[in-house]
Amino acid sequence: MFEILLYIALFLITVAMFGLIYRVIKGPTTPDRVVALDALGITLVAVIAILSIILRTNAFLDIILLIGILAFIGTVAFSKYLEKGEVIENDSNL
Amino acid sequence: MMKTNNLILQTATKILLFVIVLFSIYMFFAGHYEPGGGFIGGLMTSGAIVLLLIAYDIKTVSKALPFDYKKVVGVGLLFATGTAAGGLLFGKPLLTHWFTYVDLPLLGKTSLHTAVLFDIGVYLVVIGTTMTIIQTIGESE
Repeated sequence: MFEILLYIALFLITVAMFGLIYRVIKGPTTPDRVVALDALGITLVAVIAILSIILRTNAFLDIILLIGILAFIGTVAFSKYLEKGEVIENDSNL
Repeated sequence: MMKTNNLILQTATKILLFVIVLFSIYMFFAGHYEPGGGFIGGLMTSGAIVLLLIAYDIKTVSKALPFDYKKVVGVGLLFATGTAAGGLLFGKPLLTHWFTYVDLPLLGKTSLHTAVLFDIGVYLVVIGTTMTIIQTIGESE
């Protein structure tokens, strides 16, 4: 019973990922695409968590942290580019 | 228009930086028996420095971390090739490494490898290369 619930959750998250991929490709503005990419990272974390419950292993828990950190840094870089026009400034006190 | 600052990002970075660096050190030492190792640890550390570069700027970060990253690559290569050539001194083939099991206090039975020294070299080379590339991209206007 619990396994079936996990597979249903996996299916629903996959459907959500297809919606997000549609938004990344089609998204009218760049902020739409950035938010969709961030949400894709979160759904990827959810997929890995459910998979590691199904497979009864804790080998993927490091990878969850890794994807979380990388998705965060990527989103921050995109947001700063949209806000200021450049990712890494030479001197911000000018 | 009001001048925007990134106060929230800078405050969050001050805490998150240590979490990411700690995780990269964990990944570094988890290698060899579990997923991890010098390459992924170096990439996570340079990810932390990139977050610092995004939140602040190149001038502040180079004042806080006064490393010449090209020299970091050199030191890393010295570690890696030195460990690789170390076997030759004892009449063994190139890249031979040793390990032993030691009972350390608090940690219990631990395996000590010379492969860790090679991994430190990989770690430093990865940090140096990544940060050289990113700083070169960031500085050009």
